[in-house]
Amino acid sequence: MADLRMKSVRVQNLIFEKSIPGRIGSNVPKADTPEVDLKEALGATRKELHLPEVGELEVMRHFVNLSHLTYGIETGFYPLGSCTMKYNPRINEVTASLSGFKNIHPMQPESTVPGALEVLMSVYEILSEITGFDEITMQPVAGAHGEMTCLMLIKAYHESRGEGDKRKIVLIPDSAHGTNPASAARCGYDVKTIPTDKEGNTDLAALEAALDDTVAAFMVTNPSTLGLFEPNITKVCELVHSVGGQVFCDGANMNAMVGTTRPGDHGFDCMHLNLHKTFSTPHGGGGPGCGAIGLQSHLESYLPAPALKRKDGKAYFDHNRPHTIGRVSSFYGQFLMAVRALTYLLAYGKEYMADISRYSVLNANYVQALLKDVLPAAHPRPCMHECVLTAKKYKEHGVRALDISKRLIDYGFHPPTNYFPLIVPECLMIEPTETEAKQTLDAFCHALIKICEEAVSNPDILHDAPTTQIVGRLDEAKAVKMLDVAWKPKQETANV
Amino acid sequence: MPYIPHTEQDVREMLATIGVDSIDDLFVEIPEDLRLKGQLDIPKQMDEHTLLGYMQGLSEQNLDLSRTVCYLGAGIYDRFIPSTVGAVLSRGEFLTAYTPYQPEASQGYLQTIYEFQSMVAELYGMDIANASMYDGATSMAEAAIMATGIKKRNRVAASRAIHPNSRKVLGTYCWSMDVQVDDLHTEDGATTDWSNVTEDTACVIVQYPNFYGVIEDLAAARKAADKVGAMLIVVADPTACGILPPPGEFGADVVVGEGQPLGIPMGFGGPLLGLFACKTEYVRLIPGRIVGRTTDAEGRTGFTMTLRTREQDIRREKATSNICTNEALMALASTVYMSALGKNGLRKVAETSVRNTQYAIQKLTEAGGRLRFGGKVFGEFVLELPKSASAVRDALLEQGILAGLPLGDYDPTLENCLLIAVTEVRTKAQIDDFAMKLKKELGN
Repeated sequence: MADLRMKSVRVQNLIFEKSIPGRIGSNVPKADTPEVDLKEALGATRKELHLPEVGELEVMRHFVNLSHLTYGIETGFYPLGSCTMKYNPRINEVTASLSGFKNIHPMQPESTVPGALEVLMSVYEILSEITGFDEITMQPVAGAHGEMTCLMLIKAYHESRGEGDKRKIVLIPDSAHGTNPASAARCGYDVKTIPTDKEGNTDLAALEAALDDTVAAFMVTNPSTLGLFEPNITKVCELVHSVGGQVFCDGANMNAMVGTTRPGDHGFDCMHLNLHKTFSTPHGGGGPGCGAIGLQSHLESYLPAPALKRKDGKAYFDHNRPHTIGRVSSFYGQFLMAVRALTYLLAYGKEYMADISRYSVLNANYVQALLKDVLPAAHPRPCMHECVLTAKKYKEHGVRALDISKRLIDYGFHPPTNYFPLIVPECLMIEPTETEAKQTLDAFCHALIKICEEAVSNPDILHDAPTTQIVGRLDEAKAVKMLDVAWKPKQETANV
Repeated sequence: MPYIPHTEQDVREMLATIGVDSIDDLFVEIPEDLRLKGQLDIPKQMDEHTLLGYMQGLSEQNLDLSRTVCYLGAGIYDRFIPSTVGAVLSRGEFLTAYTPYQPEASQGYLQTIYEFQSMVAELYGMDIANASMYDGATSMAEAAIMATGIKKRNRVAASRAIHPNSRKVLGTYCWSMDVQVDDLHTEDGATTDWSNVTEDTACVIVQYPNFYGVIEDLAAARKAADKVGAMLIVVADPTACGILPPPGEFGADVVVGEGQPLGIPMGFGGPLLGLFACKTEYVRLIPGRIVGRTTDAEGRTGFTMTLRTREQDIRREKATSNICTNEALMALASTVYMSALGKNGLRKVAETSVRNTQYAIQKLTEAGGRLRFGGKVFGEFVLELPKSASAVRDALLEQGILAGLPLGDYDPTLENCLLIAVTEVRTKAQIDDFAMKLKKELGN
């Protein structure tokens, strides 16, 4: 039976292995211009090209079957903390595929794309109001790219004041996403870590001790990656400003704040947003991301060029930007993601926008409450849009957070984020989002409670999990040691 | 609001379980003065029907190039996209998944990424490729920064015939890392002057074919890099690599490029797809995700993200890059595209582009234009006109033809020049019509 079941899920060979010489999977345009001597036209041509040769039906079957081996939000509950896996409304896909959006070229005359500029400008204006920042740009194409762009703005700001050489340090909390220090390094900054205090807030004393005129910026995630709102945020911003530093808000957790509070009012100088998290553009299996950034007016002159502005009611690109940091991506950012985001923003409108934060916070607190006996919160406070729980009490049974997560797969749920933030032992970070129903949360928590019982009564079930998928836990060490990252003709692999 | 399923009873029960009276009570940790008092000043909610109509209206304000004959390229191309691509991308499992952190539940997506890496490596003639980058420009900039780390040198030498936007992105990245960019000057539209490649140069960067459509001499670029022990980075058009000898054959260390021509709509320039391939020796130093093939305890083959210790979530400030996401969905589009076209289809698309381009060169020079540069071209060329290129572009636009990109804004010596791309979707009749209308325009 087990064998039949595995057959029924249709293990897929590589598409290269399905190749039969002479087949083709697409009716490509016919040439009706005169033939040319390719050697004469090009000089030299390539000899081999080992791409698959498969028929069109085989192409569809291959990828549809692979989709069956992939878990998405439309498959089931996906409480991956910090990633805001909410429903991606299907209308967004419809508007993003409108021909007048899809079939326009980024270098066609500006006068021929007023609708596209209006889309971008509308998103800027709505996000400006939601976040409380004076300016928005969407040229950064992902969250980490947005962080980096914000740090570049800060760098340009300090340079313009003759302090570029002096301010070389970026302060980052120990609970921060890895992208924060990596983005700082990518901007040539040295990183200094600020500890979190016992309650889960920024350690103010440590921050004060670290502050001097070598500090370029403090990168704060608010709500923090512990799922907690930083109650001293205004004070934190004042302290950093008092030594001439700038404060960046990592907007990964904006979902907790939409319509309820605005980071621009907290004292931040700039922030990044992940439109693929908060504003529901699809995650697509790990991109495209979409990293809008917000900034206050003192950073405006450094915006990536061209800057989108509105004059006499019309949106236009301002190319005359003498103080710009330059371009950070090929064109104007993830335009078709802006179309999706605008569709999403208008589907909520002013009447319902706050529901995003209200119900996401309700759902997270509900999960935290249901699980409090089996998986206590790392910090027993009201959480924001996600709860950070610890599984450390199962360690004595030889069970780790990862084992609990893997067992969840057998129960039909995508696991939460594991081992992040790094400062919480055996961490499980659960972000339900506002689009999940109470009944789904009940079923999920019920499964987790059962798994925690199994962790005590029969830990091996957890160690062996998952057993319901096409593969079990994979040999990661072998993947590194016997590196095979590309199929090669005649089955030779790229071994290192 | 259909996206939020909570009924009043659900909310009541949930609040009771939590032990608070209202949702407001859950926000007590936000200081009172930071909480918004009323509604935001943004547009009102639209119902789905109204919203569709509104977005449709905005889309119709744009000049839709599916209804205009498009000769504009410059890195983003109007190419044929098979219906299978959209069909696969709309699968909810792919569309709404995230990074495959849990490989057991993501085998399907992981396999497509492995296939993508294999295809990109093959197309560029390289050992390996990563799971993709944001776009061609950032992929190039990341490659350059990587080279400065590997060579411990802080200058990069970039051809003047690289796409001007990519050159600007490179400039931004290098400014923030205190890296100096030196220009490699061109002659007759091709990179010929290697005098700025010095002992301090970490890498030489050329584009293939270059911004002007000219096929650069990669052997000369390799030689110039070797002379000082620098790396060679080639920015290569993937379609052109369907017929040209791939950069790997010339010994490129890293090949990057814009993957949009491989089944991705122009979409006003986003989202795009950054391609990144290199020699095996650099695999542990490259930015971005990599998927590898391995086995589970029972010996079953599976796929997983690998070499993760290069990445920001583990290595933090010592990571090879700050990149977190790749462009998975766009990489999937190109994987379906390359599978559907396959070896024969991609070759045919490339060959048809060459035929159409050669025919357009013949017809448009007969119509009064002059080929500006002497070098061989793949699918794009610079046509010099006896009058202002933007005036001609605007006039032809009125007649349903987007004639190309006027180059005066990028190089004042090319004020009368148009960069014209002729892809496989153009026909003989369209090119004849273009030539006829151009002739009329030049006659005025």
